[in-house]
Amino acid sequence: MKEKKRVIVFLRWLPLIAINIFVLFPIYWAVNTSFKGEGEILGKPITYLPKVPIISNFVEAWKNVGFDKYFVNSLKVSFISVIFIVVVAIMVGYALTRYKFKGKGVFMGLLLAVQFIPAAVLLVPLFNTFKTMHLVGSHLALIVVNVTFQLPFCCILMKGFIEGVPIALEEAAMIDGCSRMQGIVRVVIPMLVPGIITVAAFALIGCWNEFLFAMMFLNDPDMYTVPIGLKMMQGEYGVHYGAMASGAIIAMIIPVALFAYLQKYLVTGLSAGAVKG
Amino acid sequence: MQKKQKTVLTPYLLILPAVLFIGCVMIYPLCKVFYLAFQNYNPTMPFLNGFCGIDNFVKILTTGEFYSALLVSLKWVVSEVGLQLVFGMIVALILNQSFRGRGFFRAMTFVPWAMSGVLTAVLFSLIFNENFGVLNDILRKLGIIKENVAWLANSKTVLGSVVVAELWRGIPFFAISLLAAMQGLSQDIYEAAKVDGCTRFQTFRKITLPLLKNTIVLTTLLRTIWEFNSVDLIYSLTGGGPVGKTTTLSMLIANQALTTNNYGYGSAISVISFFILAIVAVIYIKASGFGKESDE
Repeated sequence: MKEKKRVIVFLRWLPLIAINIFVLFPIYWAVNTSFKGEGEILGKPITYLPKVPIISNFVEAWKNVGFDKYFVNSLKVSFISVIFIVVVAIMVGYALTRYKFKGKGVFMGLLLAVQFIPAAVLLVPLFNTFKTMHLVGSHLALIVVNVTFQLPFCCILMKGFIEGVPIALEEAAMIDGCSRMQGIVRVVIPMLVPGIITVAAFALIGCWNEFLFAMMFLNDPDMYTVPIGLKMMQGEYGVHYGAMASGAIIAMIIPVALFAYLQKYLVTGLSAGAVKG
Repeated sequence: MQKKQKTVLTPYLLILPAVLFIGCVMIYPLCKVFYLAFQNYNPTMPFLNGFCGIDNFVKILTTGEFYSALLVSLKWVVSEVGLQLVFGMIVALILNQSFRGRGFFRAMTFVPWAMSGVLTAVLFSLIFNENFGVLNDILRKLGIIKENVAWLANSKTVLGSVVVAELWRGIPFFAISLLAAMQGLSQDIYEAAKVDGCTRFQTFRKITLPLLKNTIVLTTLLRTIWEFNSVDLIYSLTGGGPVGKTTTLSMLIANQALTTNNYGYGSAISVISFFILAIVAVIYIKASGFGKESDE
């Protein structure tokens, strides 16, 4: 019995705790740094808890650096993108589960294949296209890119959820005199709410974290999204480390909150034939 | 008649917006990359713009920059995918057992999945900093190093440091995928193994690993492509430096786009990396015999 206990300690708890220390340490360290004054951050010895916790770093990041603007910009871009993504994904998911049509296989293959197109490769041609449309520097360009890059994964995910809504219910509604559209709005959508929320959460994390295109398209600090704000703080001469750590904590809030909701769907969601990292 | 035509058209109308988005924002610009690869295209020197044959490719293949980036890409992808697979497997094996606190630990371990590359870069820049970074402090206290190390500025340590940061963000993907596959395995075969007196290690070697083969092949392939293409974290943490030690092919492409103006040249590098990736994927799928034993 004692032998067995020891095996469990070595095979389960030691590796589990080691990996969790590795995972949680960077987050702990950012929180720790964000509550320290600049003197304490840069001084010796290094402190593992702030001597006198201060919140001025958060005020600095939020008000002076501009995370108040970045946060609103990110929310705006992400939410508008997610609305488009969800609507288009429902349409695609519905078409793929309720109809047989020519080219369906090709379209499914397309949804899978385009997920492998590296964003870096498309920076220049998309920049040129948006430039001729006078959209460079606007949030609209970012929204269009976000919607497109999140769509393939979200469509496949949504298809899985719509498959779970029994066709019989819709047919029953149509026999009762509903049109197909009414069937969708009154029968399918209400049953699809958990799926919609899950797809929206995946999409929102993706949009919130988008970096490369925002870096390429946005040049006015008033338009920056959160990742660009973070990146710009890093590159600045004479980095304000306390404020940067606070910025990181602010940037974390939305993804972590969404993750807390999503984590029970993660295992099934990510294995639903989708390939998102 | 009217009604029949309508039902035939509906699915196409439903997928139309998705096709338009993907066509205009992914496929069309992708084709343009292939076109630009054979052009001189430099907005600051427009008088030189125009068709230039394979000049861009010749230039790439005769300068050292490309080969150096290819080597960094190789090191980057192999170490990332290898380490993420090993650690992801360990996490999945542990979380596949039932014990108190499993849900809590699952949530904790998977949390970096939601973090962006830039955010990860900020977290680790606070740790790796030469003067006040906590890593140097811990290693000095443990007596492992005597002098502070500039983890991100030293050409010997920089790649390893960036690999660790990306590993932090990458373990959950493997852990989640492998865990999902493990939960789909039938319990009977494990019962039988137990009755036959298999050790834990034997069970893993002879049962779990073969059953997970397709999942492992698929996830490593997806991850190889994903890591090959990934830019965010390296761009924010090192910008590809020092002296190109962390400039992967994708970083080279992104830097061409974001900082220099040599778009034709950048596009030609993109085209070459496409072919490299495609060849790697085909060889990998063939060599691993993916999907041959089961009809997935």
